[in-house]
Amino acid sequence: MEVPLTWYLVLSGILFSIGAVGVLINRNALVIFMCIELMLNAVNLAFVTFSRQQNSMDGQIFVFFIMTVAAAEAVVGLAIIIALFRNKATINVDDINIMKW
Amino acid sequence: MEIVIPPFDLKSISPIMSISIAAIFILLIDVFFRRTFKDRLGYISFLVVIATGFVVYTQIGQNVYSFSNMFVVDNYSVFFNLIFLLSTALVILMSDNYIKQEGVNYGEYYTLILFATVGMMLMAGGADLLTIFLGIEMMSISLYVLAGFTRDKLRSNEASLKYFLLGAFVTGFMLYGIAMLYGATGTTNLKEIATFITENSGQLNPMIVVGASLLIIGFGFKIACVPFHKWSPDVYEGSPTPVTAFMSTGPKAAGFAVFLRVFLVALPDLEPKWSIILWVLAVITMTVGNLVAISQTNIKRMLAYSSIAHAGYALVAIIVGGEFGIASLLFYMLAYTFMNLGAFAIIIVLGKKGEENANIEDFSGLGYKHPLLAIAMCIFMFSLAGIPPLIGFIGKFYIFSAAIKSGFIVLAVIGMINSVISVYYYLRVTVVIYMKKPIREFSPLSLSPLIIVAIIFTICGTVYFGIFPSKIIAFAQQSAVLY
Repeated sequence: MEVPLTWYLVLSGILFSIGAVGVLINRNALVIFMCIELMLNAVNLAFVTFSRQQNSMDGQIFVFFIMTVAAAEAVVGLAIIIALFRNKATINVDDINIMKW
Repeated sequence: MEIVIPPFDLKSISPIMSISIAAIFILLIDVFFRRTFKDRLGYISFLVVIATGFVVYTQIGQNVYSFSNMFVVDNYSVFFNLIFLLSTALVILMSDNYIKQEGVNYGEYYTLILFATVGMMLMAGGADLLTIFLGIEMMSISLYVLAGFTRDKLRSNEASLKYFLLGAFVTGFMLYGIAMLYGATGTTNLKEIATFITENSGQLNPMIVVGASLLIIGFGFKIACVPFHKWSPDVYEGSPTPVTAFMSTGPKAAGFAVFLRVFLVALPDLEPKWSIILWVLAVITMTVGNLVAISQTNIKRMLAYSSIAHAGYALVAIIVGGEFGIASLLFYMLAYTFMNLGAFAIIIVLGKKGEENANIEDFSGLGYKHPLLAIAMCIFMFSLAGIPPLIGFIGKFYIFSAAIKSGFIVLAVIGMINSVISVYYYLRVTVVIYMKKPIREFSPLSLSPLIIVAIIFTICGTVYFGIFPSKIIAFAQQSAVLY
């Protein structure tokens, strides 16, 4: 039995929402970052599904670029978190609050 | 199976290539010849930027699509590239002394600035959502690092982390929007998306509407318009001052370049829908930016809110669209680059090591102690407030007259009321400079010949193009056609 393409899109939507909600409710910078990665992967799933649906390769090419960018973002993000941890010894985003309006 | 390699035109991306190669070489020079070239990396990158400016200048008048319609060179992208290079060159001049004084004189600083410039140029010339996405990410990732460049300072770390987490979060939304548009139209090319929508205008796919809204979120974050602006005051305050100056001019202009190109080239048929959304965004952006700026005590934070308000004025230009709207946006971005970089240069000069003199009260008595700097600061503040005959006035005048010509009278009136509100907090700086006694001794200025050149250049630009704007306006009007 073939799985209909809509199911993939629904799954991608669910994953994206889990990621977005996770970013909003988590307080740990690392977990927030993981949730962002989840969102990007949900986007990848959507791209691959659409690519299959449209019979064009553009979407799959796009996925490669997203993965590359996500890797670059991971490098920079973890470095930033480490730099902060060296100075403050916390990665709880509630404690990172010297600047407020 | 035969594989056909599509033709590519390296000439069209020659400015991008020259800056990328220079950036890589600067990194290598820093690794291998650090002792000899440590203090000269800034000069090298400055010369490269100027040389690239000439290359870009020769591209005026070309209308070329290259790399299988992924990239476009037209007068619009050339004008924006010149703005980016101007902003990069001035920021390099301002940084040289600052990063030595703060003890972060590493070669990667210039590399990152140059790579951010490459990203901005890709954004301005992107004719496909893929190129645009790559450009945005290239610029943003460089800026995340630059924001945290003084890595011993907690403020800088915090700015960097906030910028990074929110930026990556919003990237997710923007990508989902791109995926939606791709799913609905089967292409990521801007022109082809427009053709598809025109051909199937009978039944408008809701996915296109959702995709366009998600793109508004993504681009709105990059240009810091309300309600996607919460990152910008914190990031502007915490970042090293030259980086703040950079972020508020070049990348912001790049955000507008992309915003306008995507919405006017790919989604012109949806204009009645998105122009209402942008109308509301423009009004709340101007109003919130100006009202919150009034209560700020830190000058970098005040300029952050002022920059949000200016994004609101510039959004008016996108809503107006057409030749006048585009030309006024181009002119406004150039004007904003001159006056904002000038104001930040003065803040850098007054700062001393580890302490940035960033409170507005710290400027009190400046008029007696350093009269020339005080006059310069006043010129920039007057220009930002939009007082004639400076460049900021011409920019605002041009946008609002374009709005009135196209029938957006309410919008123009709201813009002007906001412009009047903004006079209050810009003039407060000049009042503090001239009418208050100094609350403490001024530390010796951190002047270097380079930053003096930058200040003189920005003053000349602000005053000269304010009095004789016709050449730039003519050039902006020539550039106002999206090829």
